[in-house]
Amino acid sequence: MEMLKEILTPAIVFILLGVLMGVLLAVATKVFSVKVDERAEAIGSVLPGANCGGCGYAGCSALAEAIAKGEAKVSACTVGGAEVAAKVAEIMGVEAESAVKMRAQVMCSGTHDNALKKYVYEGADDCAAAARLGGGDKMCPVGCIGLGTCAAHCPFEAIVVDNGIAVVDPKKCAGCGVCVAHCPKGLIKLIPAEANAWVGCSCYDAGRLTRTYCDVGCIGCKLCVKVCEAGAITVDKHVAKIDYNKCTFCGKCAEKCPRKIIKL
Amino acid sequence: MTDIFLIMFAAILTENFIFSRFYGICPFLGVSDKPSTALGMGMAVTFVMTLSSAATYAVYYLLLEPLGLEYLKTIAFILVIASLVQFIEMFLKKYIPTLYSSLGIYLPLITTNCAVLGAALVNIQEQNSFVESVAFGFASALGFTMAIVVFAGVRAKMQFSDPPKAFRGFPILLIAASLAAMAFSGFSGMKFS
Repeated sequence: MEMLKEILTPAIVFILLGVLMGVLLAVATKVFSVKVDERAEAIGSVLPGANCGGCGYAGCSALAEAIAKGEAKVSACTVGGAEVAAKVAEIMGVEAESAVKMRAQVMCSGTHDNALKKYVYEGADDCAAAARLGGGDKMCPVGCIGLGTCAAHCPFEAIVVDNGIAVVDPKKCAGCGVCVAHCPKGLIKLIPAEANAWVGCSCYDAGRLTRTYCDVGCIGCKLCVKVCEAGAITVDKHVAKIDYNKCTFCGKCAEKCPRKIIKL
Repeated sequence: MTDIFLIMFAAILTENFIFSRFYGICPFLGVSDKPSTALGMGMAVTFVMTLSSAATYAVYYLLLEPLGLEYLKTIAFILVIASLVQFIEMFLKKYIPTLYSSLGIYLPLITTNCAVLGAALVNIQEQNSFVESVAFGFASALGFTMAIVVFAGVRAKMQFSDPPKAFRGFPILLIAASLAAMAFSGFSGMKFS
């Protein structure tokens, strides 16, 4: 009898406790119900639900909300991969890749032949390491270091280093943006895949200074600004910039550029 | 009064949940990407730990002890904490949406977090009074918040570092965490009497 009591008491207590909590939560669900973004809930149901935090958010529901709000990419779930990304994209009503297909472009043209160096670099074969030694071996403060850190990180093998600068193969580039994050000089930008004109320089030094160390540096002459009918080009800090929302891809700027840096 | 301060001081520094007790390592490594998310997680843990310390105290001394069921405290605590967190989450969603939006997304993550359960169990083990329990829960969570925010800062710096290939990613994270824990072991020699 004593033993029976010893077994039954906890069983009954826990059944009661469980039922009590269950009822409490069931009631609370009804009483405290609020409307939420349907898409967030739908996305939450297709995500793996492991709450691993691999995406950088607190959990799957946090990521679902961020996707619904447009803060995160539909392919942000690293665990789910392409399969989950496709489902999420369907819910959000977009293509699995971003609506405008982008490609990476290295905004520098300074090869070994036309950009001067300030020292001979002999160190780890990595741009991040070289960037810490006075910002790299090129005289230009934003010149491509050309050790291929972007190429090493490119999941699509779309980048090769050619004669001291990294070159992106537009056919292979998927526009994922991994290289953008890995360039210590911040030289790689994502531009629309169909964009045919781009400025092959990011140097913010004044034109007079730029001329002294680089044959292909933007000197901020503003000829492109004047020739652009769409008003898409601005010169900010001695370097031209194309606004791809306005650019009509007419190519006149490329013809006019005296340094042949705006390329087609 | 001094006792409570000593308990809180010890909980934050000498007995820091992450760096000396090694509770709550999963959110510590998972949600310390950005200082802002780390702070949100820390606030949610503080909120839940303080409340659950009070709730589990009540469950233990009003329900389990009179019935002689102390040996089942772990199960009872998990049940109570999980329900409590779910309840709080729904309550906040309805009545304090601003607090919910800053805490809510972290709450489901810590329903059965080991740090929260650990605080409840340590309270019983140390035979803390009600006020001491709540103070301990609150201070431990503060220590947790401090640790995770500090580590998020370290991680932000680490993104620009260049470790050997074999250490990249998670391994270097664990090494950094262990270095931080070693630094905290310096507090362990402090004795209060």
